[in-house]
Amino acid sequence: MGSRDILAVSRRSLLKGAALGAVGAIAAPAYLRNAFAQTGPIKIGFPVPISGPYSTEAQDQVRCAELAVAMFNDAGGLNGRKAELLVRDDKLNPGEAATRALELIENDKVNFLCGSLSASVQLSVNQVAKQRGVIYNSISQSDSINEKADFSKYTFHEGLNPHMTAGAVGRYVFPKFGKRVAFLIADYAYGHEMARGFRNAGKAFGIEEVLEIKHPLGQTDFSTFFPRIQAARPNVLIVCNFGRDQLNTVKQATDFGLKQQMKIAFPVLLFSQRLAGGPGPFEGVFGGANYYWGLEEKFPSAKRLNDAYRAKFNNAVPTDYGALGFAGVYALLEGVKKAGTTDTDAMIAALEALKYDAYKGEEYFRTCDHQAVQSVLVLESKPQAQVKSQYDVFSIVDTQPAEDKFLRSCSELGHG
Amino acid sequence: MTFDLILLQAFTGVALGTIFVLVALGLSLIFGLLTIVNFAHSQFFMLGAYVGVVVLAVTGSFWAALVLVPLVVGALGMVCERVLIRPLYGRGIDYPLLLTFGLGLIILELVRIFAGTEGIPFNTPEALTGAVDLGVFFFPKYRLFLIGVTAAILVALWFFLEKTPYGLIIRAGARDPEIVQVLGVDVSRVWLIVFGIGTGLAALAGVLAAPIRGVFPEMGVPVLVEAFVVTVVGGMGSLLGAVIAGLAVGITVSMTSLFYPEMTTLSMFLLMAVVLVFRPRGLFGRAGVLD
Amino acid sequence: MASETSAARGATGSAGGLKGLVALVTRHRVLCALVVLALLPFLTPYEALAVNILIFGLYAMGFNLIFGYAGMLSFGHAALFGLGAYGCGVPIAKFGVPWFLALPMGIAIAGLASVVIGWFAIRSRGIYFAMITLALSQVVYYTTYQWVSLTGGEDGLRGVNVPAIDIFGLHFDMLNPTTKYYVLFVFAAVAIALFSRILNSPFGAVLEALRENEKRAMACGYDIARTRWLAFILSGLFSGFAGALYAIHLSVVPIETLNYFNSAEVLMITLLGGMGTFFGAFIGAYVYIMLQDVVTVVTVHWQLVIGTLFVVLILFFPRGIWGSFLKWVRA
Repeated sequence: MGSRDILAVSRRSLLKGAALGAVGAIAAPAYLRNAFAQTGPIKIGFPVPISGPYSTEAQDQVRCAELAVAMFNDAGGLNGRKAELLVRDDKLNPGEAATRALELIENDKVNFLCGSLSASVQLSVNQVAKQRGVIYNSISQSDSINEKADFSKYTFHEGLNPHMTAGAVGRYVFPKFGKRVAFLIADYAYGHEMARGFRNAGKAFGIEEVLEIKHPLGQTDFSTFFPRIQAARPNVLIVCNFGRDQLNTVKQATDFGLKQQMKIAFPVLLFSQRLAGGPGPFEGVFGGANYYWGLEEKFPSAKRLNDAYRAKFNNAVPTDYGALGFAGVYALLEGVKKAGTTDTDAMIAALEALKYDAYKGEEYFRTCDHQAVQSVLVLESKPQAQVKSQYDVFSIVDTQPAEDKFLRSCSELGHG
Repeated sequence: MTFDLILLQAFTGVALGTIFVLVALGLSLIFGLLTIVNFAHSQFFMLGAYVGVVVLAVTGSFWAALVLVPLVVGALGMVCERVLIRPLYGRGIDYPLLLTFGLGLIILELVRIFAGTEGIPFNTPEALTGAVDLGVFFFPKYRLFLIGVTAAILVALWFFLEKTPYGLIIRAGARDPEIVQVLGVDVSRVWLIVFGIGTGLAALAGVLAAPIRGVFPEMGVPVLVEAFVVTVVGGMGSLLGAVIAGLAVGITVSMTSLFYPEMTTLSMFLLMAVVLVFRPRGLFGRAGVLD
Repeated sequence: MASETSAARGATGSAGGLKGLVALVTRHRVLCALVVLALLPFLTPYEALAVNILIFGLYAMGFNLIFGYAGMLSFGHAALFGLGAYGCGVPIAKFGVPWFLALPMGIAIAGLASVVIGWFAIRSRGIYFAMITLALSQVVYYTTYQWVSLTGGEDGLRGVNVPAIDIFGLHFDMLNPTTKYYVLFVFAAVAIALFSRILNSPFGAVLEALRENEKRAMACGYDIARTRWLAFILSGLFSGFAGALYAIHLSVVPIETLNYFNSAEVLMITLLGGMGTFFGAFIGAYVYIMLQDVVTVVTVHWQLVIGTLFVVLILFFPRGIWGSFLKWVRA
């Protein structure tokens, strides 16, 4: 069902792109292109990995982003000007993503870009977009994108960053479960940045790091690390990895009886992996999240998203990563409304001044690095006995409020 | 770094090695006897896990899955051999390699279409959950079980190839297909059966790995590389080589993760590079089966 | 190549029609290749895709030298392509080196790597050659992966900014997609002409003799190991060149360029087009990349289509598109 939506949108834009190329609009002067871009539909390019290992998450991002577009259009758009989502498969490959971003910018003449799931793809799209002065709202986790080297005034970041996510989880688990901490870290930027976030948060609690192990990305068997972890006798094991790695780690850790000796916490606890892994392996595991559908008890905006999603997709609920797709597009379109135009400079000013409530209370983009300042949830996976329905998998045990103080300071990031 | 820890680490490596042996066996068998590099091997592995999920859902028994999965997937492998691989015999290694690469993509995508992209929970069978006290340390029951199963499969395979008339024909067919043909044996049937056994072994490995690694469409991707490394280190086509190399790779990986964890994956390839530089045909380069 | 030259020879005497046309195309192969490539942006939905086809065509051309012409299946060419990309990209992104110095640096580093990898690998044969090149390319992959300060690690290298190229008093805006295509086309043209020269040289003849009959070539007094090594190095230089252009094209270098999947892709492109044929590399690149692009837009299950294509191709057109075409013309 979801993938059919993707098809409809993309096939249309492909034909359009082909037609444009055939007519030879390639060398159209820049001012002409701008004039066109100011009047036609508002085009948002959306490269996400809809095929491959993260297709579950990515297809949900597309579904949610379409909801944001529909909401904008149903409310009349920008004085009747409608928005349109151009979905592209980035195949989780930065090279493919860069090519697709070039297509979207040069041939489809998109007004904005939004999307991407992996950090490397996001940085690659950002590089292409900023060179060409196109606003890009990223929805992937990364610390680098806030830093001066990768940042540009066109760069916005709706996604969480590892510093705030890991910080939220760390501030919850360290005082609660003890000071002896072991780290198991996926050996790439995401893992390193998450670990740094935990260590930073741990300073205030005087944590003692008893072990650090870095494992290669995509490792399938973690058993060879467990003897050392058990020997180190930590109170808390922080596992900084993602996706299938996460599922494999908890499954095998459960088998080796690690959970009897220590608490396990991830920076991000993924809704989709929990569904794929079942309650057993995840029981009692902690982790952070940008969103959980259960937020609807507290926030009307969460209920709005869930209801729209349920109505359209067979009573299912949006996943955490899917909801990010919604928020990313929602923020851009709120910016368009505020700016009253799609002109890039006016948009940047509007987004910098914007306060918006997409799906979990108020958020805003910090001026220096355009990071979306937002709340972070701390979740615990429910044991089988407490699970009441198919999607009832986590309980929200803590919420870190949307405050500037949980981010790295602007000067730390190299901004002036 | 205590002695206990090193011992436990080595033992964990052996347990890991048995998984490597399992995935490499089928690959090595097919290469050794048919000189076909089966790039779809990893997808038969994945298919095994999925068929296992189905059998488990229908019968509720993990043990039934262990028996049925290799039969079902092996039969499917035989169909593939008949229809796709057979026209390619004697055309060098490139063409079968590419064909099976394509076949692998087809299997992967079909599974995504019919079983979804999310992955399916697969629990360790009740009787094998938990850990056993081995005196010095605790060890998961399921991994001990794996060591036992692998040993049993090896013995069965050895018996089949060395002690049965069928095995004799297979071994002879591998050495000189023409002579065997002249002697009135239908060699193409031998190849069919070998391909079936090879893919069946891959599937069995898949269902055995499911409780450890989970069941999802891409679960085969890293397996292919692991299986190749083991097969090449051991010497393509040598079953003994696959066993020794599988354990060696398992222990290498385990020991690297103790002393230099970032290098865990690379250590496999370093081992392979070193072996190939000194023994270009792997440890037990091919001279026959089970040499 | 064997088939092409014989087609050319056969046609000079008699024949006309298609056979004559093929002979003509084969005789002026560089010119023909360049004319078609010059029109490429009009044959693709967008320019960035045309650039990819150009670059992967070059890469496949280099790979074809070792695979198609020398008959050795390398599974480690991603290392050579990737090192070309990083070798060119790192100096630009991290040290502000101008592009005209960085480009040769990329080629040189890929060349150096092929000297080393080739030295280890040429002593093995067949599947073992494939596996040792794979193992060594994985070593390159992990080294690059770990060297975050220089390469960006898993995040990939960003900031390979070449916004404009000034040469011979001319200014080219590389942010304009059409201009970028034709600037890179000129680079590619030089490589294609050079490649054709190599095939026509005595070295090219030795390579062919070696592939046709190794023992006879050895008996004729050729140093087989050296010829193989040299072929590997030349192949690496072309692949590295393609990689360097890739870095300039995308302004990023993904770590995936070093992944073994990239080695598999170039193999598929070469086989698709026709191994050991001059045009095969570019035809393969065009069909493979175009097909993927179009199918990806129509369905998320694009791998099903690609997989089926491979099975059908291998079963029914094992010589690839251009190879099958040549055979059909000659028959």
